[in-house]
Amino acid sequence: MLKRVHFGTSVLPYLLLAPQIIVTLVFFIWPASQALYQSLLIEDAFGLSSEFVWFENFENLVSDKTYLNSFQRTAMFSFSVAFIAMSTALVLASMADRVIKGALTYRTLLIWPYAVAPVIAGALWVFMFDPTLGIFVYALKAIGYEWNHKLNGNEAMFLVVVASAWKQVAYNFLFFIAAMQSIPKSLIEAAAIDGAGPVKRFFSIIFPLITPTTFFLLVVNVVYAFFDTFGVVHAITQGGPAKATEILVYKVFYDGFVGLDLGGSAAQSVILMAIVIVLTVIQFRYIEKKVEYT
Amino acid sequence: MTEHRPILTFIAHLTLILGIALVAFPIWVTFVAASHEAARMVQVPLPLLPGDQFFVNLREVFVNGIAGAGGIPVGLMMMNSLIVALMITFGKIAISLISAFAIVYFKFPFRMAFFWMIFITLMLPVEVRILPTFEVVANLGMLNSYWGLSIPLIASATATFLFRQVFLTMPDEMLEAARVDGAGPLRFFWDILLPLSRTNIAALFVIMFIYGWNQYLWPLLITTDRSMVTVVMGIKQMLEAAEQAPQWNLIMMTSLLAMLPPVAVVIAMQSLFVRGLTETEK
Repeated sequence: MLKRVHFGTSVLPYLLLAPQIIVTLVFFIWPASQALYQSLLIEDAFGLSSEFVWFENFENLVSDKTYLNSFQRTAMFSFSVAFIAMSTALVLASMADRVIKGALTYRTLLIWPYAVAPVIAGALWVFMFDPTLGIFVYALKAIGYEWNHKLNGNEAMFLVVVASAWKQVAYNFLFFIAAMQSIPKSLIEAAAIDGAGPVKRFFSIIFPLITPTTFFLLVVNVVYAFFDTFGVVHAITQGGPAKATEILVYKVFYDGFVGLDLGGSAAQSVILMAIVIVLTVIQFRYIEKKVEYT
Repeated sequence: MTEHRPILTFIAHLTLILGIALVAFPIWVTFVAASHEAARMVQVPLPLLPGDQFFVNLREVFVNGIAGAGGIPVGLMMMNSLIVALMITFGKIAISLISAFAIVYFKFPFRMAFFWMIFITLMLPVEVRILPTFEVVANLGMLNSYWGLSIPLIASATATFLFRQVFLTMPDEMLEAARVDGAGPLRFFWDILLPLSRTNIAALFVIMFIYGWNQYLWPLLITTDRSMVTVVMGIKQMLEAAEQAPQWNLIMMTSLLAMLPPVAVVIAMQSLFVRGLTETEK
């Protein structure tokens, strides 16, 4: 943690730390504590007075059906995004692992969507699925399916999931391919000599050996789907139709800035913070494990 | 390769090409839409081959913007995005470098307390504390300013961890030698640590630039002044305007422009990008 050879006590380290600490205090710790405090208050409709109510906001949330639905929806959304993004990336990575010629070109062509902002990803997909003009909607109509994600909640959810997953394939691909390339070639060759075909080798050697990466990516993808997909939802559905795509992050924003329910929004913030903390701890525990394996 | 199976190699190539086509298809559609005139973009079916209006549309959005969405020139939006992204990137790297230096190379009271305080920021993404942070920034009079857009985002536990890691791997002899030669802490930092961490700084720069450029929720909350709009949030206003009068050719042109800088950075600095991505996850 500290260098064996180091400088002694002086005022300098405090000065060096000051910018980071000030920003952290003013924009992280203070707002977070405000969120904690506000989550214990209820304001009247005009914002004139507020009353300290202990955990009433949380009790309201737990008994609020729309919140519980949103929770369930977010869980389903996150796992769908993680599953689609990871399985696509896994297939592509295992193929890229086989290929020798042009491997780098394939990688270049696959990783760039990582750099596309979520809201732009949303704009691209909402354009392709525009109920009157969209290119996919036209194709679907040709085979007799009427698409309208502005009316149909399931279609809206599908669109949000696909747009979010599309952006995340690149990230998963990079980590899967790195994990596969770090598997000793001797293992694969030994299995091949014993007569194991490519499919068998994948399932009995490669897949088990990249389990730590898979688990790590699962956590990263769930975090991504929970917190970084606000832009996608905001661009495509605004949480609609009839709240069918209102995930938790969107609800915090909506209840706070549109519904002006400060206490309720703060209570939701606190719950989200708890979720981030749990996920971060899981991620760090995993990293400790990884050190043991390698 | 363990065995020679041309059919399997062929399937591998085929799958990869299909995968790339699938991933790139939205961009192709975007590019095609951006190269047609508005009248063509309201006729079903939409074209799948590019038209000849690409540069006309480019000029139109870059100089005039989209009238229905406030008519803010996309050139101005991109300028704002660039300024904010660079401020966030440089800010994050600068304050993380010096705080990692302090934590690794100095012994002083409350060292670990500070370290944990920085660690906490990792757990509080802006999405979960939007309302109170908004209030703080409003009280400081930082709404509608480059400072308000960048400073609340520049604390970085990830970058601090990364540099701490880098500094810890530097041999102790470096500092001993520098001391023998009479270098003080700041000189040691500037002349030895900084040059040695160059690659890590560059890798982090790529990741943080993408992060800064793609910020959405935060600018959406704190900018009401149209001259401060960033291009990523400008897209949203255009989509809203599209509900009344769709000008998909211009919206898609703006989308192309908005994704161009970060995508170009990823492709041009691919090895640094991959390095940055894998390093920041440790």
